[in-house]
Amino acid sequence: MAPKTPNKKGTAVVTKKQNQEKTKQALPVSEEVAATNMENMGHPEIYPLVLTTKTQEIFNCRVDEDVTDKQPYKLIKKADIIADFINRAAVSDFYPVKKLVQEYPGDELLLVYDKDFKYGLNFYLVSTEEAKENYLKSPEEQEEQEEPREYKEPSPEDTYIYKPPVSKPWVSLGSEKEIEEETVKESTKPITYMISRKRGQFGAPFKFSDQNASSVKDAYIECTAYPDKNFTLKHLEKEVGMQVIPKVNDTSTQTRWVYPKNATTQYYPREFSEEEKETIGQSKPLIDFLNNMSISVEIALQQNEIMNTFIDDWKSLAEDEGTFGDKTDTHLKEYQSFTDLHNLTEKMITCVSWHPVIYGLIAVSVAVRFSFEERVQFSGKLLLQPSLILFWSFSDPIHPQLMLESPDDIFCFKFCPNDPNIIAGGCINGQIVLWDISAHAERIENIKTGSTRIKKATLKPMFLLEPESNKETMYIRHCAVSSIESGHRKVITDIHWLPGTFEINRMGSVFENRSGISCQLVTCSADCTICFWDIRTQRTTTQQTDKKKEEVIEVPFDVPPTFLHLDLSWKPLCRLRLSKSETTLDHCPTKVSLNDDDASYRTQDKTLPPIKVVKAGESPYYNLEGGMANHLKPIEDFCTKFFVGTEEGEVIYTDWKMERDPDTGRLVPKKPVSLYAVHDGAVHTVQRSPFYKDIILTVGGWNIAIWKEGVMSGPLLQSSCAPKRFTSGHWSLTRPGVFYIGREDGNIDIWDLLEKTHEPAQSQSICITTITYIKPWTFSGGKHEPLL
Amino acid sequence: MTEVEETLKRIQSHKGVIGTMVVNAEGIPIRTTLDNSTTVQYAGLLHQLTMKARSTVRDIDPQNDLTFLRIRSKKHEIMVAPDKEYLLIVIQNPCE
Repeated sequence: MAPKTPNKKGTAVVTKKQNQEKTKQALPVSEEVAATNMENMGHPEIYPLVLTTKTQEIFNCRVDEDVTDKQPYKLIKKADIIADFINRAAVSDFYPVKKLVQEYPGDELLLVYDKDFKYGLNFYLVSTEEAKENYLKSPEEQEEQEEPREYKEPSPEDTYIYKPPVSKPWVSLGSEKEIEEETVKESTKPITYMISRKRGQFGAPFKFSDQNASSVKDAYIECTAYPDKNFTLKHLEKEVGMQVIPKVNDTSTQTRWVYPKNATTQYYPREFSEEEKETIGQSKPLIDFLNNMSISVEIALQQNEIMNTFIDDWKSLAEDEGTFGDKTDTHLKEYQSFTDLHNLTEKMITCVSWHPVIYGLIAVSVAVRFSFEERVQFSGKLLLQPSLILFWSFSDPIHPQLMLESPDDIFCFKFCPNDPNIIAGGCINGQIVLWDISAHAERIENIKTGSTRIKKATLKPMFLLEPESNKETMYIRHCAVSSIESGHRKVITDIHWLPGTFEINRMGSVFENRSGISCQLVTCSADCTICFWDIRTQRTTTQQTDKKKEEVIEVPFDVPPTFLHLDLSWKPLCRLRLSKSETTLDHCPTKVSLNDDDASYRTQDKTLPPIKVVKAGESPYYNLEGGMANHLKPIEDFCTKFFVGTEEGEVIYTDWKMERDPDTGRLVPKKPVSLYAVHDGAVHTVQRSPFYKDIILTVGGWNIAIWKEGVMSGPLLQSSCAPKRFTSGHWSLTRPGVFYIGREDGNIDIWDLLEKTHEPAQSQSICITTITYIKPWTFSGGKHEPLL
Repeated sequence: MTEVEETLKRIQSHKGVIGTMVVNAEGIPIRTTLDNSTTVQYAGLLHQLTMKARSTVRDIDPQNDLTFLRIRSKKHEIMVAPDKEYLLIVIQNPCE
């Protein structure tokens, strides 16, 4: 058994009571026989016990009935426990503490219910009186302590009793050590000096004097500095930055400054005098020298004479080409300008044509520059002014040679290819006008451009005979005009003579032309029709026209009767309407180009006998009636297609052969083969190349296009839009790739397809107004005729 | 006429010859067909050139020597026939 120490008991119990909840629970070491106490926990007087319910009933310490939280202990008499020992012997729960009980001095033992199993079992027995007393007391004290504590809590709020602090002895906690360390104490005792002086010397006058410090020994005490090894620091490490630079040398010199100066020398060559030259000249060495050297020199000279060995053949070959593209050659020069003082004021030239035979004669048709409204407005005035075709000769730029009158302004006209005295023109009002100038043919023929004087001499008598014919210009009235009702209704924009190789009947089929002369015309007008005309009499209408003729017309005497049968009754042979299928608007043709149409007169000269100016009465046109009676042979495989340029800028390739419409039975024109809207404005030139019959040039609006007959996919070449509108165009008659375009600003563009195809090769400004017509002529070198 | 004159005249009469002159070893003209200033200029310059040409030829091959010097320019050709003591200069226009 463990010994019980009284000290431990007291403190242990107290501490146990104060720290009830903090003590650990440790399982008691169970021994078989003896009771264990809680010495290992610091409470040797406590003996945990297990009390069964029977035991609890016996001793009236049943849990939660006799023994509760508030009173967890029970005082049990010693005698009862001993009696229990006797009754139940070893079965008694108190058996382990039997000896303890027997030795217990008091009468009652304290049995405490250990609800929390602090000591491992549900009860424990306190074995000493003191512990018992303490235990009993402490809950009372605790209760007492608790009570005043409960009372104390509200009281500090009500009244605070000030208790002055009671001085207590200071307990050192080690802070005085720090203070001691911080305080400054004198390590050594301070030295005291006592200085005395005689009393009389105080306040006595004094005198200062200078003296050299070094002279007197003890005047000054010097503390010389000396390097104390204790205090010298040896520099063990030094950080230095380094940079490498090229070696630099500074040197200097001094020079004498020189500046440029001009210096001249004058000299004369050494020369021999004349005598010296003579003597030397005769000397033998010279003679020998010359004899020797002259051979080689002459050889060299002869070499040079034979051939220049240093000629660069290649370069000399190129020199010939240099003059090829000389610009001055391609310049257009104004050859002649014609102005008529009386008739040509404010008028526009609509068509120009060279006389096919006579060189130097130009026919010009003029029209008044009026719009439609103005025409209506000034119609009265216009009637007074005659509409004219003027014939100009190069010899006389001021007076026109001939003037052909027409009922209205002519817009286009053409010389008949077979007989240059017959001219057909188309008017503004839609009439075709025919002239016969055979009577005046001699007159025009004799007018040449400033040619030989001999001819003039012979002409003189003629002019003298007819003086007035020289001064006055002849007004020639037209021979015939077409019927107003049955012809075109609007301005005739283009007129062509059909070549004399074929002729057309009413249906458009082509027949061989027996007479061999052109007797048919094709016109196109703004009323959307193309008409074919025949200048021979039409049998069907002869009778009617005869009557009309006799009644109405009084023909002036000087008009030749060539076409009287046609006058005012001329009807077209067949009419083609260019209609668009979808809308009612029709194509408005402006120019027509037929196959073989634009035959140059040169080729005609070859095929046909040379044409001379036929005198009146001999022209085959007087005997036209005979031709109609013959039976005509049809020509097979004739291409009846032709190009039409329209007002809207389209180029149509269509057929003039009429076909029978299956529905109505009428003659209906065929649909166009191809239609291309290429130009931005009205097409004013549709022309076949004089060299290639299937190449067509169309000019309209702001661009030009070149077509090939047979190529249906579009134009061969289409130029880009030009800055200015093109107003006229014509192929060159001498060079196949060249054509001339006139612009509205007065420039002529010369296009050379062999040189450039995207822009004109040359552009030249001719005049300030619009160029309306270009017609070149070939006659020993190209001549040009642009007019405004 | 002296031989000298004849020879010089013969040379001068060739086709295209502009001028002929004879110069001594020091570059002083002896006979000439051109005017004085031109002659002096030609003589001085061509004499130096001939010396240079000769020394060039001799430097390359000491056993070689200059026999003839022809200078062709755009306008004409200058022919120099050197000798130990004299120089014969002829100016010709070779173009036909």
